[in-house]
Amino acid sequence: MTAPLLEVENLRTRFHTPDGVVRAVDGISFTVREGEIVGLVGESGAGKSVAGASLLRLVEDPGRIVGGEVTFKGETLVGFPDGRAEAGDGSGDDADDRWRDDVLSAEAIRRRIRGREIAIIFQDPMESLNPVFTVGGQLREFIELNRGLTQGRARELAVDMLREVGIPEAEDRYDDYPHEFSGGMRQRVLIAMALACEPSLVIADEPTTALDVTVEGQILELVADLQAKYDTSFLWITHDMGVVAEICDRVNVMYLGEIVEQADVDDLFYDTSHPYTEALLDSIPRPDRPVDELDPIAGIMPEAIEPPDGCRFHTRCPDARAVCTEINPDCRPLDDAGRPHRAACLKHESVFGAGYRESDPIENEAAGGFDVGRTEEGTDD
Amino acid sequence: MTVATRRSETDDVVESTPEEPGRSGRTEGRPEGREIEARVGWRYTLREVGRDPTAMAGLLVVGVMTAMAVFATVDAVVFASLARFEVFARVGVRQYWIAETLWVSPIAEPSPRLLPPVGMENQFGRGTWAHPLGTDDRGRDILARIVYGSRIAIQVGIVSTLLGLVGGVLVGAVAGYYGDLVDDALMRAVETLYAIPFLVLVLAVMAAFGRNLTFAILGVGIASIPTFARLIRSRVLSVREADYVEAARAAGVRDRNIIRRHVVPNSFAPVLVQATLQVGYSIIVVAGLSFLGFGAQPPTPSWGQMLSVSKDYMIQNVWFSIWPGLAILVTVVGFNVFGDGLRDALDPRLQNE
Repeated sequence: MTAPLLEVENLRTRFHTPDGVVRAVDGISFTVREGEIVGLVGESGAGKSVAGASLLRLVEDPGRIVGGEVTFKGETLVGFPDGRAEAGDGSGDDADDRWRDDVLSAEAIRRRIRGREIAIIFQDPMESLNPVFTVGGQLREFIELNRGLTQGRARELAVDMLREVGIPEAEDRYDDYPHEFSGGMRQRVLIAMALACEPSLVIADEPTTALDVTVEGQILELVADLQAKYDTSFLWITHDMGVVAEICDRVNVMYLGEIVEQADVDDLFYDTSHPYTEALLDSIPRPDRPVDELDPIAGIMPEAIEPPDGCRFHTRCPDARAVCTEINPDCRPLDDAGRPHRAACLKHESVFGAGYRESDPIENEAAGGFDVGRTEEGTDD
Repeated sequence: MTVATRRSETDDVVESTPEEPGRSGRTEGRPEGREIEARVGWRYTLREVGRDPTAMAGLLVVGVMTAMAVFATVDAVVFASLARFEVFARVGVRQYWIAETLWVSPIAEPSPRLLPPVGMENQFGRGTWAHPLGTDDRGRDILARIVYGSRIAIQVGIVSTLLGLVGGVLVGAVAGYYGDLVDDALMRAVETLYAIPFLVLVLAVMAAFGRNLTFAILGVGIASIPTFARLIRSRVLSVREADYVEAARAAGVRDRNIIRRHVVPNSFAPVLVQATLQVGYSIIVVAGLSFLGFGAQPPTPSWGQMLSVSKDYMIQNVWFSIWPGLAILVTVVGFNVFGDGLRDALDPRLQNE
């Protein structure tokens, strides 16, 4: 197997707020290979979007990338000199001296990587186009800037792209303003914009969340078609397991800034190995399982300022035992069968050997009776 | 509206299932083809201004005054410089060529002094059609001087406002976009300017550089920077958080292009309104300066200076004072009324239809 397109190692991003340090992304590792659609799934606040932004060093003050390494096509986008990984000095992410010598400069990332090699599609298509310029003009300017084409040639290409993403009468719609497009159409335009420079990787940050289900379906179909045509890799950030099932090849499940399960999409659905993933799946209707009533995940997600000790999910986990409050498991491969299935749960005794079986179950929100708010035991207050 | 109809034709082709109404924005095409108006853009703004008769009156005044000023500038300034070339001079091009050919030179002194407007009489004689608004203390035609004085007024108003606008937008947008230290440094500097009274600041600039019209314009321009800077900064603070700005950053657009293409155009509406109001204000200030003897120097006609001279002849011929005063009043009110109309058109919250 060739080297992956994108490799993320132990990435950590923090927000320094007046209330404390929010560990939005706390040591996540994953890879994206060429031509693959990789999902990044989790509840709101799990750190998915921050993780996406961190890849391109787009985290804004007060957020800072504080550790880890991101490698893309052999070039280092994020990397820290030895021993300075936690450097908490005052300079922002754009100060190049924070990074290791082989890390691309802010200027190089802006010029060579953003838009050209890694594009982002944002969540809200209604707001992601500049309202004062025509749709075609924005697309044309973007192509012109990133591919160094003349205005005329860029215009042709822009019209082609609009046609490609299924805008009818693209030539006519070229001079329309964003408000003259519907939500689904605008998302098509944004996809056109993302793919216009034929990037190797597209980070899709919940691109269909703001759309209704029928349009969502069309957009997913479009993405699948275009993905096959351009062989672009996608990092698909979403909270919707249905979308994951539809489109992803591999999935990373995030909870409170950590990846708790990593698996091929089929394994994730049929051999679910982390209680959080299970809870996520139980909370949505599934065509393959008859259910009378959906189970929402018990409790609410704890603050990332003071994550619970031990396993971060133990406050809401139906399988939690005493040992879970002490040990925070890392994400380990579950078997030697060569399947890339990893999970971070102590209940896999053969892998972790932490004494889960002998440990006593603990009482938390998932144990019934405490399903509103947090319990005192749960947060170790 | 072509846009709305085109939408309704095309929408069903691709989005085979009609979208949930209301989810996809106001201009969603509907099969019945009800026309839904776009509420942004130049066409919309102009149409909206067109519906407001007061704003239209303001626009008319602004238009007439500007046309007058353009004509006067050509006749006075452009012809004066052309006359220096042999080729043009031989044809007869000279300063106030058009005025002298068609009517009467605004600076020549050929007539009885202090004549009243046509149809009236005073101790100096009876008003004639030769000088519809009368003559001044040196027998110059007041109408001609009012027309040619518009050049100074409009030039001062527009140039100084442009100076303030460009300076203010630059400072305010950069301060608002970068925030933190840049913001603090720039805005404190701007507030220092704000702390000095307007007229004092203008007089200080003229005292430092020279007592003429150019520096009056420069002074008013500098003194109006803070208003524009603060106005646009407050808008930029919200616009910079917009998704399209984030998207532009993610697409690798340089900061200065983000400010130029995304931040400023989306923060510009209040600045545009302020600019039209500022033009009126600048005209008053510079007329005041001319009245005090700073500003345009005789014999160049300017309204403020006419007013200044006329105050000694109020008893003999009150019309000499009334006309330039009226000219200033009408122009300034015109700009203000137009500015108000523009604000109503640009701010959807003020709509009560």
